[in-house]
Amino acid sequence: MINHKKLEKNSILMVICILIVVSIGGLVELAPLFYLESTIEKVKGMRPYTPLELAGRNVYIREGCYNCHSQMIRPLRDEVERYGHYSLAAESMYDHPFQWGSKRTGPDLARVGGKYSDEWHYTHLIDPRSLVPESIMPGYPFLAKAEIAETDMGKHLIANRYVGVPYTDAMITNAEADLYAQLDPDSDGVEAMQERYPGAKARNFDGNPGAPTEMDALIAYLQVMGTMVDFSVYKADENLR
Amino acid sequence: MGFIALPIGLSAAIGLTLAAYAQDTAMYVHGLILFIGSVLAGFWVIKTSIGSAKASAVDDQSKYNDGVIRAGVIASTFWGVVGFLVGVVIASQLAFPVLNFDLPWTNFGRLRPLHTSAVIFAFGGNVLIMTSFHVVQRTCGARLAGNWAPWFVFWGYQMFIVLAATGYLLGVTQSKEYAEPEWYVDIWLTVVWVVYLLVFLATLWKRKEPHIYVANWFFLAFIVTVALLHIVNNLSMPVSFAGSKSYILWAGVQDALTQWWYGHNAVGFFLTAGFLGIMYYYVPKLAGRPVYSYRLSIVHFWSLIFLYIWAGPHHLHYTALPDWAQTLGMTFSIMLWMPSWGGMINGLMTLSGAWDKLRTDPVLRLMAVSIAFYGMSTFEGPLMSIKAVNALSHYTDWTIGHVHSGALGWVGLVSFGAIYYLAPRVFNASRLYSLRMVSWHFWLATIGIVIYAAAMWVSGIMQGLMWRAYDSLGFLQYSFAETVEAMHPFYVIRVIGGLMYLGGSLIMAYNVYRTIRGDQRTEKPYEVSNAPQAQVKGAVS
Repeated sequence: MINHKKLEKNSILMVICILIVVSIGGLVELAPLFYLESTIEKVKGMRPYTPLELAGRNVYIREGCYNCHSQMIRPLRDEVERYGHYSLAAESMYDHPFQWGSKRTGPDLARVGGKYSDEWHYTHLIDPRSLVPESIMPGYPFLAKAEIAETDMGKHLIANRYVGVPYTDAMITNAEADLYAQLDPDSDGVEAMQERYPGAKARNFDGNPGAPTEMDALIAYLQVMGTMVDFSVYKADENLR
Repeated sequence: MGFIALPIGLSAAIGLTLAAYAQDTAMYVHGLILFIGSVLAGFWVIKTSIGSAKASAVDDQSKYNDGVIRAGVIASTFWGVVGFLVGVVIASQLAFPVLNFDLPWTNFGRLRPLHTSAVIFAFGGNVLIMTSFHVVQRTCGARLAGNWAPWFVFWGYQMFIVLAATGYLLGVTQSKEYAEPEWYVDIWLTVVWVVYLLVFLATLWKRKEPHIYVANWFFLAFIVTVALLHIVNNLSMPVSFAGSKSYILWAGVQDALTQWWYGHNAVGFFLTAGFLGIMYYYVPKLAGRPVYSYRLSIVHFWSLIFLYIWAGPHHLHYTALPDWAQTLGMTFSIMLWMPSWGGMINGLMTLSGAWDKLRTDPVLRLMAVSIAFYGMSTFEGPLMSIKAVNALSHYTDWTIGHVHSGALGWVGLVSFGAIYYLAPRVFNASRLYSLRMVSWHFWLATIGIVIYAAAMWVSGIMQGLMWRAYDSLGFLQYSFAETVEAMHPFYVIRVIGGLMYLGGSLIMAYNVYRTIRGDQRTEKPYEVSNAPQAQVKGAVS
């Protein structure tokens, strides 16, 4: 500690040294994630969320679902058997922010899409214990009554495009139409919506006629989770990291 | 005074504009809060200025600025009680889900960030601002720099807390743990934080002592690094200028590591480095002994801040984060054990030659046990960062137990010690209202922590084992719901531990309140009844 006295006598020198010392670790760990191509696997099927799914995702975030549900299946035998194929980095490449979670007070939701019916989700969200008596999840009856505040998600799509999600101009101009189309499988706009968002499911998610509700949006989001990547053609060996 | 009018007027105008053009209820409410806060600040500035023009004795510029410390004692105590109370509420919700009331504003998902932010940022943050402002003045022999600036840091920080807390209840969140406030609250905090750094540095520049005392190194590292973490982790794109919603700049795996680089260093720099600053000043003061080893302080400081930054990836073991990053995070987390224990040894060994004071001074006892908890949880942390252990512990209550033995044991107890140290001194009371009540607080808190942590160890390890249990036919033995049901008794036990901790903090609040009023409880003197030998020894020496 020959020269530590110099630092102890000069606050600016100390601040500079602190900044250097605390920057090294972050730079070494974080920076490569942005340029190493192996960080995100090459997969088929990933697409940006539809306006309805994005609205549902925002409800998921707003209600703090991430406090109790992870969206990250680890490559451990029991998890893969319980939840499905382990999660890939590619599957959250359009997630701003990520929703991997840190606690499983409830089960992992990374692949909950398609596991249960819309009706099951509806009933479960209104009163979880009517379906799962042991559940300690809060009920969300208010979502069924809350109409989606912003049916035109265009501004949200634009904000997402600024941070790197490949929303096209057509997606942005048709954001409101696509939201309504996804809720009505018989409407004219469904085909165009599905062309923009391949594989998107169109149906009345909350089963109730009338204005789109937050329940519609949330169930649409839950039903798409973990379903985008086609694992029948995914080659794990080619993506070893 | 003219100098301060501009920023106050500006923030009032911004508040009014945000409210007028608000895209959602939350922004409307927050615009109004900012406007009302700025107006109140304006009135207060005018009133104080007129008052001090009349009687210059109000704020003697030659002395230490203790006004902001007094405010800190009250704010820290208040937010501590609030934070612990919300903690007990959400712990009860996990034991008895009916307590969610199924309303947007009362559900666990919105209250949990309220709890974490209330204890970390409202309670912990106020303690850090209070103690750093106290320590920097005493160790520099200089008055806090600026007249209004320290008050802006204090009140600006309270504004941040109010905006964050009301936001959570209204559903405004970025969903990044411990960084939930949205973009406009983040900008506000950044402004407050920069002023905080400037006040701290400018006070250091006025020091009469050539050397900067070790506690201030830690405070400096805490302020600088938290600023860095806060800004990088919260970079985001707002949907509109008067709307609360934004989208984070980072996505998926990069966002995950940025978040936990932030998250773990919120622990490392907010909850550790800052509070080590507290330890390095108040423990020697209370023990009446110098810091055990100057050399160890230097090694401890630089190795701690260098290693902590690397530890983030241990929150992402076995996730889609590349393996090399996970392994690097684990390695550095294990190495982190050494500087952590170096700090613990330096703190505890400062008591050598003064161990008898643990019997006679319950405030010092709070500090000493907090250092012991620090040692315990900084051993547990590296253990849990080992991938094989983490495979079991991650996603379970073990993590919650670990966090709380650190937060309740280390951060909580060392903060209580600082509050008890400061209350009589800055409010010019000759002593605390009651030392016996400090002792009650100590035992309630300590036993509460042990109950809490033990319940979470059992429930966490049990649930982790149940998730991976297979029956003789090779099927998963338990459904997820069965593992949730098995948690119930431990969640009830946790509530009991939390209630004890909350009870202790209420005793503290009463004790501080009576101390501020200048009261002294008539009680059997603490030292005499418990330590007759110590007294004799003292008399001989």
